[in-house]
Order: sequence, then C-alpha cells, then structure tokens
Amino acid sequence: MTTEAQTTKAIADFRAQVRWQWYEPLFWLGAIAWYFLFPTYLPLGTQILCAALFALSLDLILGYGGIVSLGHTTFFGIGAYTAGLLAKHGWGEPITCLLAGGALAAIAGWICSFVIVRVQGVALLLVTLGINLVLYEAANKAYTITGGADGLQGIEFWKLFGVFDYDIYGRVSFVYTLAVVFVLFLVARRIVHSPFGLALKGMRENWKRMPALGAALRRHGALIFVLSAAIAGLSGALLAESVQFVALDSLGVQRSVDVLTMLIVGGTGVLYGSFVGATVYMVVRDQLADLNPAYWYFWIGLILVVIVLFTRNGLVGALSDATDWLKRRRGGGTAS
Amino acid sequence: MPRPFLFPTRITPPVLPIIQGIVQVLFDGIAFGMLLFVMSVGLSITLGMMHFANLAHGVFAMLGGYVTVVLMHKAGVPFLETLPAAFVIVAIVSVPLERFVYRRMYSAKELDQVLLTVGIIYMAIAAAAYVWGPEPMAFALPDYLTRYRDIGSFSFSTYGALLLAIGTVITLVIFYGLERTRFGAMIRAAVDDRRVALGVGINVNRVFTITFAVGSGLAGLGGALGINALGLDPSFPIEYLVFFLIVVSIGGGGTVKGALAAALLLGLCDTAGKYYVPQTGAFIIYVVMLLVMLWRPNGLFGRP
Repeated sequence: MTTEAQTTKAIADFRAQVRWQWYEPLFWLGAIAWYFLFPTYLPLGTQILCAALFALSLDLILGYGGIVSLGHTTFFGIGAYTAGLLAKHGWGEPITCLLAGGALAAIAGWICSFVIVRVQGVALLLVTLGINLVLYEAANKAYTITGGADGLQGIEFWKLFGVFDYDIYGRVSFVYTLAVVFVLFLVARRIVHSPFGLALKGMRENWKRMPALGAALRRHGALIFVLSAAIAGLSGALLAESVQFVALDSLGVQRSVDVLTMLIVGGTGVLYGSFVGATVYMVVRDQLADLNPAYWYFWIGLILVVIVLFTRNGLVGALSDATDWLKRRRGGGTAS
Repeated sequence: MPRPFLFPTRITPPVLPIIQGIVQVLFDGIAFGMLLFVMSVGLSITLGMMHFANLAHGVFAMLGGYVTVVLMHKAGVPFLETLPAAFVIVAIVSVPLERFVYRRMYSAKELDQVLLTVGIIYMAIAAAAYVWGPEPMAFALPDYLTRYRDIGSFSFSTYGALLLAIGTVITLVIFYGLERTRFGAMIRAAVDDRRVALGVGINVNRVFTITFAVGSGLAGLGGALGINALGLDPSFPIEYLVFFLIVVSIGGGGTVKGALAAALLLGLCDTAGKYYVPQTGAFIIYVVMLLVMLWRPNGLFGRP
C-alpha cells in the first residue's frame, strides 16, 4: 500500500468513527421515552442524567486523556455551590446559574491544571484527592457561607425562561436536564472526534511517544482538564437546580469514588459508557437500597471486582466484545 | 474526615507552659506516628515491590480491630493477648486474597488496581456491617492502659507509651530483618529489580506472598492497637485510606525508612495542628501532603 493510499484509508477510518452509529439516536430516544414510561421516576431520571454528565466529564480526562483523578467531585461541588449560593442570595435564574457554575469550575480547573499535568501515577491520585479534601474541609468549616454539614438550604430557583415552574413531579427539571445533557454530550462528542481528541488518545496510549511526534502534552492535558472541570461544574449546578439543595457530600470523596465506579461499570473512552454506567449504578442503588440499605455497597463492590477481573472495558466493552463474537461466528471468522 | 481525630493523651491543665505543650505534642505525635507506621509499612513495601496500588490495605487494619474486639467480648481474652491473634489471623486471611485475586493484577494498569481494591473495600465494608453491625464497636481499654503517669510536670498516657514501645520494637525488628537476614536481602533485591531477582533464582512470588502476609498482619496489629485512638466501625477502610496513602506517597514506595519518616511527620503535623490550631481541622496535613507531592512527586525517600 502506498503512503497516499494509507493516508486515504486513515482518513476514511477516522470518518467512519465520527459518523453517527445506528444505536446513538436510539439511545436518546430511550431517554425521551423514560419521560413517558416512568412518570413517577422522573426525579431519579434527572439524577441519573446529572450523574451521567458528571461521569462523562471524568471520561474526558480518564478515558481520553489518561488522567486518573480521585478528586473530580471538586469541580462538581464548585458548580453546585456556585449555583446554590447565587440562588440563595437573590439570583435564581436557572440558565445563568448553570453557566456560572460551569465557568467557576472551569477557572478552578484551570488553576489546578498547572499542578495536575506535572505529576503521574500514585502522586496524581494523591494530588487530586488532596485538592478535594482541602476544599471539603473549607466548605465544612465555612459554616456561615455553605451551611457546613447541614448543606446549603433555602435555595429557590426562578421559573425556567420565566415560564416553566419547577413542579413536584420533576417534569420540567427532567426535560431541562435532558436538553442540557444532550447539548453537552454533543460538545463532548465533537471534542473527542476532533484532531485534539485524537492527540488525547495518543497521549493515553503512550505519553512518551507523543512529545516525540511534536504533541504539546502538557497543553493538551491542561486543556482537556479545564473542559472536563467545566462539564463537571455544569453537572453539579444542574443537580443543585433540580433538587434545590446542595449537600456537603457533593464535595465528598465518596462521590468521586462513586462517579469513578459508574464510569468503570459502563466503560471508559466510549462516551456512552458513562450513561450506561450511571443508569445501572443509580437504578441498582435505588432498588437495592430499598431492599437493604446497609449492604447494597457489597453488590456494587462485587460488580466492580467482576468487571475489573473479567471484562475488557466495562459493560459497553463486554457488549461490543459479545457483538464482535457473534459477528465472527456468523461471518465464519472473517471479521477481525 | 468526619470523625474528630484526637489522640487521647490529652490530659492537659487549662493553662500550659509552652514547654509542656511541646512535650505533649511530641509524645502524642510520635506515638500516633508509630501507630500509622505499623499500619502502613506493609503497604509501602508491597507497593515498592509489585507496584500494586492496594487501596484496600485498611481492610486488614479493620479486620485486626474486629478480631481483638470479638476475642475480648466473646472469649474474655485480655487486650494484650489478642494482639498476636490479630496479627496472625489477618496475615492468614490475606494469603488467599493475594494468591487468587491480587496476583492476577500485578501487571494491570494502575486504574484497574485502584478499582479492584475499591471494590474490595466496598465488599468488606458491607460484610463488616452485616456481621458486626454498622455502629462503632464499643471498646474499653484495660484499666492499666487508661492511666496517666506523671513524670516531673508532664503526664504521659500509658496507652501512648504502649504504642511507642510496640512501634519501636516492630521498627527495630523490621530494620534488622530487612538489613541483616537472608530473607530481607531477597525482599530488597525484589524491590530493587524484580526481573534480575527472578534471574538470580529468587522465587519472587513466594517472597512477595510472605511479605504481603506480614505487612497485612502488621496492619491488623495496628488496627487492633489503634481502636482506642481511631475508633472501629465498618467505614474504617475508607475513613483512614487517606492516611495510608499519605504515609506511602510521602515516604515513597518500597522504603521502610521513608514510611517511618512520613508516618512520624504525619503524626506530628496532625497532632500539632489539632493542639495549636484546632479550628483548621485536617487542613494542615492535607496542605503539607500537597506541598510534599508537588515538591517531590516520588516521595521524600522515593527513587524517581
């Protein structure tokens, strides 16, 4: 094969990856169907969407950038508290509160990125965790501003667009959340399929070779970290708007670990993994917590262990392995 | 951290001469540091040898605590005599876990190791809540350990003194074992270069299993010793995870000296912070940790 043909093939492959797959519209239709199928579970649906968006933000740095963070809830919490504090002090316009949450989280992410791109491995885990812990302690001690361990209470958001009031069935907040999540999903999809996204994948696969190819490793890392922090902040603000409350544990280590669990259960580096993982995690928690509130973590732990030991990349990875296997059987072993 | 984390040697008259305060902080801090060292030295060595990020190390400490409490309450065994049992039982329990689960993951990515061990933490927390209940365990030290001994104008808790004594003995044994015995030389060789160690005929897997068991046993012993200072409930492995991680990462994986220095530094910083500026909470140790990690990402004694 000549170099030219190789290049053409590479571009064709790249295009094929970017193209919308048949299951993608199906997936979003499913999300819309939730509204009609489970009218009593809309608040759960909203929480799943927020969690999925948060997991998606983690996927951007972890699944694409290869940056493992144990403290990503730092940005989720900043977004949630920003929106909550604005609403508490007299500015409850949902869209601007949302954007403010994302903007502040992005600024925090930008400040942290200087440190993040300079460490790897266990030190990176520690630094992300440490930043998170410092912020948690700060929010805990600044009782007069954040309400400390009681959470931020008495916040009220205005009507959406001045028209739609947040109803008790959570219809408005579900539709609003779904719309925001969809838009941000498109943004994330565009990012990972851009040349920048390709550079990130290269970085994840081999961070020693990428600089040799001329990639500005630290700049790429910092940029994706800021983008991810912004999306995490938006997801926090969305959750604050839908539940009209900000709990201190939105900054807690547990939430970082939870979101990591969701992402791993779903699968990293495939965008939809975060949605699958968040749905499975939240539904399992909802069901098991009813059955047996103290022990449901056992099953989550077991799922995590089984997934790490026996699958290649979470549920989405297992699914694609299964379809590949089926294809191979039907195609008589011709497919890769 | 949710639990106020005060070391219980705090019989301090309301107004203290500054010297007395310093002595108290030194004593408390070093005793606490010794406890941390005993609990986390195993993690440091296993991390250095296999590069395995075992976040579930705290599970062993928790198990040791429960062994002690159960033996004391159900069988009436005196506190001091439960300590060897905590060490042995935890060490035995850790062997199959290492052989059948961890060994498959030594060459896996760091993230997978983190997730696997987080999964194990979750399962252990739920299992402990199922067996022993979700509440903190009631635990009372024997009388002779709750007393204070006045030496001059200082008062030292006998419990703190016990921690200091056991910690010192264990430190000496570990240093002697690592530096002067044949098995210690094998461990050092395996930490330095696993492949070369294999090449000269050292059965690294066996060395590692034994090291892992001893390290886990020490964690169990530390957990048992520390019930009075740290408390004991099913969330223990998560609650103190950050302490283990700090000791290991500040010290640097694979060095006992580093783990000892980091544990003492952490104990002293935490105690001094609690004593002099209680309103800042755990701020001080987190900030110190961040600064050390930025200054030396491989730890104070770690090799790049």
